[in-house]
Amino acid sequence: MSDHHHHKETFVTKYIFSQDHKMIAKQYLITGMFMGVIGVFMSMLFRLQLAYPDQSFSIIEAFLGKWGEGGQMTPDMYMGLVTIHGTIMVFFVLTAGLSGTFSNLLIPLQIGARDMASGFLNMISYWLFFLSSLIMFLSIFVHTGMASAGWTIYPPLSALPQAMSGSGLGMTLWLVSMAIFIASSLMGSLNYIVTVLNLRTKGMKMTRLPLTIWAFFITAIIGVISFPVLLSAALLLIFDRSFGTSFFLSDIFIQGEVLHYKGGSPILFEHLFWFLGHPEVYIILLPALGITSEVISTNARKPIFGYRAMIGSIMAIAFLSTIVWGHHMFVTGMNPFLGSVFTFTTLLIAIPSAVKAFNYITTLWRGNLQLNPAMLFSIGMVSTFITGGLTGLILGDSALDINVHDTMFVVAHFHLVMGISALFGMFAGVYHWFPKMYGKMMNKDMGYLHFWLTAISAYGVFFPMHFIGLAGLPRRYYSNSAFPMFDDLLHINKVITVFAIIGGVSQIIFLANFFFSISKGKKASQNPWKGNTLEWTAPVEHMHGNWPGEIPEVHRWAYDYSKTDENGDLWGGQDFTPQSVPIRDGEEEF
Amino acid sequence: MKALFFILIFFVIGTAFWQFFKLLGLTKKDQVATEKENDINGWLMLGLGGFVYGLMLYSMFQGRVVLLPRLSASLEGEDIDNLFVITMGLILVVQFITQFLIYYFTFKYRGTKGRKAMFYADSHKLEMWWTITPTVVLSVLIIYGLWTWNNVQDLSDAENPLIIEVYAKQFQWEARYAGEDNQLGLGHVNFIKGINTMGVDMSDKNSADDIPVRELHLPKGRKVIFKFRSQDVMHSAYMPHFRAQINCVPGMVTSFGFTPTVTTEEMRLNEDTKAKFDAINELRVEEGKEEVEFDYLLLCNKICGASHYNMQMKVVVQEEEDFNKWLKEQKTLAQVINN
Repeated sequence: MSDHHHHKETFVTKYIFSQDHKMIAKQYLITGMFMGVIGVFMSMLFRLQLAYPDQSFSIIEAFLGKWGEGGQMTPDMYMGLVTIHGTIMVFFVLTAGLSGTFSNLLIPLQIGARDMASGFLNMISYWLFFLSSLIMFLSIFVHTGMASAGWTIYPPLSALPQAMSGSGLGMTLWLVSMAIFIASSLMGSLNYIVTVLNLRTKGMKMTRLPLTIWAFFITAIIGVISFPVLLSAALLLIFDRSFGTSFFLSDIFIQGEVLHYKGGSPILFEHLFWFLGHPEVYIILLPALGITSEVISTNARKPIFGYRAMIGSIMAIAFLSTIVWGHHMFVTGMNPFLGSVFTFTTLLIAIPSAVKAFNYITTLWRGNLQLNPAMLFSIGMVSTFITGGLTGLILGDSALDINVHDTMFVVAHFHLVMGISALFGMFAGVYHWFPKMYGKMMNKDMGYLHFWLTAISAYGVFFPMHFIGLAGLPRRYYSNSAFPMFDDLLHINKVITVFAIIGGVSQIIFLANFFFSISKGKKASQNPWKGNTLEWTAPVEHMHGNWPGEIPEVHRWAYDYSKTDENGDLWGGQDFTPQSVPIRDGEEEF
Repeated sequence: MKALFFILIFFVIGTAFWQFFKLLGLTKKDQVATEKENDINGWLMLGLGGFVYGLMLYSMFQGRVVLLPRLSASLEGEDIDNLFVITMGLILVVQFITQFLIYYFTFKYRGTKGRKAMFYADSHKLEMWWTITPTVVLSVLIIYGLWTWNNVQDLSDAENPLIIEVYAKQFQWEARYAGEDNQLGLGHVNFIKGINTMGVDMSDKNSADDIPVRELHLPKGRKVIFKFRSQDVMHSAYMPHFRAQINCVPGMVTSFGFTPTVTTEEMRLNEDTKAKFDAINELRVEEGKEEVEFDYLLLCNKICGASHYNMQMKVVVQEEEDFNKWLKEQKTLAQVINN
């Protein structure tokens, strides 16, 4: 691979069918951003419905056409919007947009490799992701309406076209899109694993890897273990829908007739779905936590506290995440003994999570915090990770889950812990590594404004939402008007909607800043944040192969910030020591 | 065309932001945050911490009136509520402490030129503490949680329980009582025909005395065991006031039980309920709607189709005497179907 930079590249090989990990990272990011805009816009539309169920909005008619005649959306459309919003945000933005972008960008750069183990496979993984995004996007416009069985697509609702309009062509496209998405994700993950294991530069022991790489590496392993299970569920569901099998269906009477299905179980689908669905939370969260570790340490000018404990907790979280899926099924009627087992394993995750949270807080302690936008988003990430994570104690406890399961309380919980936290991690990553991606700096003032508006609206949306859940309001209700006992929740819904719109619209600031800075941003220096990791030793101008000469050798871990000698003076007179600097005489390696 | 108009508006807003920020900051020389920026953002972070605390406190005090009554309407729900209060107390303590530390440290250690960050990479003692402490606390929570779960799920200890089948379909609930023999007749979708809407096998000897209803009545103080079936898609039977929920799954029977302890009339007199319904009625009067009074409800809590948000059944809890009187007035399946 060392002669990559000698290749002559055409426009097509450089920008479209590129095999350069940095370009593929940017392709992932921009596709993820496009999907994110759609997902966020959808949420603003259904928030309008929830806050003003009886009012007409011409914007609704404008965008939803026959599904929003008279300015009010139909229940079918509402279901479709929440379904596609969830799907897009979970898979296309926070899985592919986050992990795809930063794993691709950082793995070769931070471990000292010229590229991924297989550049071709990497290219294919992006284009499959693009294809799946395209199919999911187009599925919004089919005449029977988009898939609308919720992002968890439980059968029989998702399997029977007669059950609701969104269970028709929209659902078929959803399944096809997801099957392609999973193929893409597996290709990406295998590439990440092989690259981390095989292509580390000289001296880059596993115990010297930055925490970002540990997070991406373990994330890829969880993905490889659990995504195929969802693929199997999707394929079996396609069989049930199209070929008359009964994997998930049995004893159904609908639209005046008894269907032929016998002996299947929708609960089996739930087991398969959540075997990916729960690890998916950590497939989203771990990269965000990895990014946060890196950004907090760099900007606190301090080593990340408890490096080994951080790796241990990533591994513990990853392992536990694969044995807790049943907590999504406490009220399905499965054997109560299983409920006990899953309560036990689920609540155990709080221990490594607590270790991580305390380690972040200790890293902040006595630092010299550089509060740039990346750092603000990282600190915000730790805050929302704790706030959202704590309510997980309620949902993970089977007895308590009974009364809040599938209510708005759950929506508040998971949005804070895996929606907002992960988005904050993603924003932190974009602000921090933008100079590496484009050789330019993003505008700080826009970054600050973006953070403040987003942080305030995130808490403004999801904090009050816990209360409407505790009041018993089920999630995915198109309107509360059939239940007078929820009448007094309407004013809370209005407050939430106002914050949601502020939060949604303020993302324009980020988009404007991002695209504006690509062309007009100030030129970045090689190491603008004074970081230790290897990517900052690569030249600002991109080249396929990353380093012009030899790849730098690694002599130390990634977190030698503010390290002092025996006299108490900073080593080398600066508060950072890149990994490529050899250990000095008298210096102890951490 | 309207959509295009709105897209244009978004575009104009975006361009306005773009132009505005073009005027700001692009000429700045410092690439990392300046001391002034650290100072401003440090203070703002302290403010954000205050905002988070304020929001929590405001929501907790103002939001109390919208919550479910703190009085559980079932015996089993009392255990759940105790566990909830303990868990919530713990969550709030941890939340208050950790958020304080995050925002205070961010403010206190905001970057200045003179400050020297501390090289502090590890402390086994500290890490041991914050591993052991959550482990011990969680062990207690897990044990208490499992004890509660087993209590709630255990249907074997009930003496003379009342057996009721709840049947879910798009988009309504039906139910039948097990009748004098307290045994439900078999049910299957193959038997759905005409007014036999629950698909009861009328050739089963236990079916004839079953009593179909469209409104659930429950006796105070007697354990009720519910059997749930669904005829089409997944539904979830959710009775929040009883702290009860379970899915209704086509092709299988799920079950759940609880002992009602508060009659509808008693719950109407409960202070929390009164406060909540006073507030609701105030809003309703403002909007010209008629006033309502409290009723227990069975809702569907699993997305089940377009009218999912409408699916409900009224639940009435009565003294056992009144309940028995009501039940006697109902017709049996044999009377309904065979006549």
